[in-house]
Amino acid sequence: MSLLEMRHIKKHFEDLEVLKDISLTVNEGEVLSIIGPSGSGKSTLLRCATMLEQIDDGDILYMGETAAKSQGGKAEYAKPADLKRIHGYFGLVFQNFNLFPHYSVLKNITDAPIRVQKRKKEEVYEEARALLKKMGLEDKGDAYPYQLSGGQQQRVSIARALAMNPKILFFDEPTSALDPELTAEILKIIKDLAAEKMTMVIVTHEMNFARNVSDHIIFMEQGVIVEEGAPEKLFNSTNRRMREFFGKLSGE
Amino acid sequence: MDMLTQMWDIFLQISRGMGITLEIFFSTLFFSLILGLGLALCRMSKFKPVSILAKIYISIMRGTPLMLQLLVVYFGPYFIFGIRITQSYKLQAVLIGFALNYAAYFAEIYRAGIESISVGQYEAAKLLGYNKFQTFFCIIMPQVIKRIIPPVANETITLVKDTSLAFTLSVAEVFTLTKQLVSAMSSMTPFIVAGIFYYIFNLIVALFFDWLEKKMSYYR
Ligand SMILES: Nc1ncnc2c1ncn2[C@@H]1O[C@H](COP(=O)(O)OP(=O)(O)OP(=O)(O)O)[C@@H](O)[C@H]1O
Ligand SMILES: [Mg+2]
Repeated sequence: MSLLEMRHIKKHFEDLEVLKDISLTVNEGEVLSIIGPSGSGKSTLLRCATMLEQIDDGDILYMGETAAKSQGGKAEYAKPADLKRIHGYFGLVFQNFNLFPHYSVLKNITDAPIRVQKRKKEEVYEEARALLKKMGLEDKGDAYPYQLSGGQQQRVSIARALAMNPKILFFDEPTSALDPELTAEILKIIKDLAAEKMTMVIVTHEMNFARNVSDHIIFMEQGVIVEEGAPEKLFNSTNRRMREFFGKLSGE
Repeated sequence: MDMLTQMWDIFLQISRGMGITLEIFFSTLFFSLILGLGLALCRMSKFKPVSILAKIYISIMRGTPLMLQLLVVYFGPYFIFGIRITQSYKLQAVLIGFALNYAAYFAEIYRAGIESISVGQYEAAKLLGYNKFQTFFCIIMPQVIKRIIPPVANETITLVKDTSLAFTLSVAEVFTLTKQLVSAMSSMTPFIVAGIFYYIFNLIVALFFDWLEKKMSYYR
């Protein structure tokens, strides 16, 4: 079943068309990576998918449920009650973590499941401890975000997103605020999640990582999908723009 | 020795006004901190008429003397509505005037505090399903309170000194009694005693805010 379907998404800021007719599908258990040069609209696409931004036109469906639907050349969003339910299907990991600084690590992870999802405290804490263990942070539960390294903070923010039990998890350049060592830490965790068949959409500049972890890759430029497909297909593409992009990255 | 007994005597007489000085102080803090938050939210409202009205209110309250505002609150009911002013209304007028005035200052402090929180905090909260109310009171406000402690402390220290403006309506607080004593005794000493009183009062206020700041320093 397709977990996420976006069809003919259009989005502009003032007189800048940022997304020009983007369509994509993410199936259960699949990892989709989105790559492309700076300013191509990757973050905007994620922000539209996670409804931090409103689309101008197009359809967004999660689990077959309509979040937004194109009607007369304009996107109509679902009723608040439906949107609230749909919101529970996805999580987002930010580039700069956005942890809550006044909450301890454990509280960061457990507060939303308890306060928002009204789940039992004991159960949520148990799950949070298990998640921290998985992230290699079992002794950091009582620490505050400022006491953690960037990599540790990002792991907490991944745990925070996972604690909500999302069906699909979005990552917007989860490692670009980190130095190489810490980057490897985070990529390893995302790889582990992929091995567990977590459905994920990842915007990244880490080409080797995208190649290894993804089932499907989208290359975006100036608001359009220039090329997409399985990793091998993309990395062996003869598309001139893609070759230039890879060339720039490897400094050729 | 004689000097000290005299000062102690003056202190005892002035101290009859301390209750009212403290009442003005605590009542103003309580009401203006609540009112100020509401005012700040109005000021930041996306609904233009509300935000403009709040802006005008704040501008007037900060741009005119508190002493004048106290007189307006006191005499307003008579001159505008023809209501007879009673003696007991004096203190009420002071309390109302102070709350209305300080709310404007606190509103601007709240606003600066709220606007200093990064949009990422709101976005993270939204993604985790917090509603607007939960986001504001559980995620945003606790961080705002920590950040605004220094300016609120400043304003509170000013308030301690401003309570003396209640003499305008001859409410029997510390400064009013002091002035009466000065004329009765034809001596400066009551002023010195009052000065010591306000200074110690503010020392306690400053210590309290230092403590509060330390208490909030468990995170950054
Ligand atoms: N809120 C906004 N208002 C106006 N313009 C915006 C806004 N957000 C993004 N843009 C513009 O939209 C374009 C796409 O931005 P976006 O952040 O989606 O790119 P990106 O592919 O994520 O780039 P990067 O790799 O640098 O993160 C850019 O030109 C950007 O300046
Ligand atoms: Mg981006």
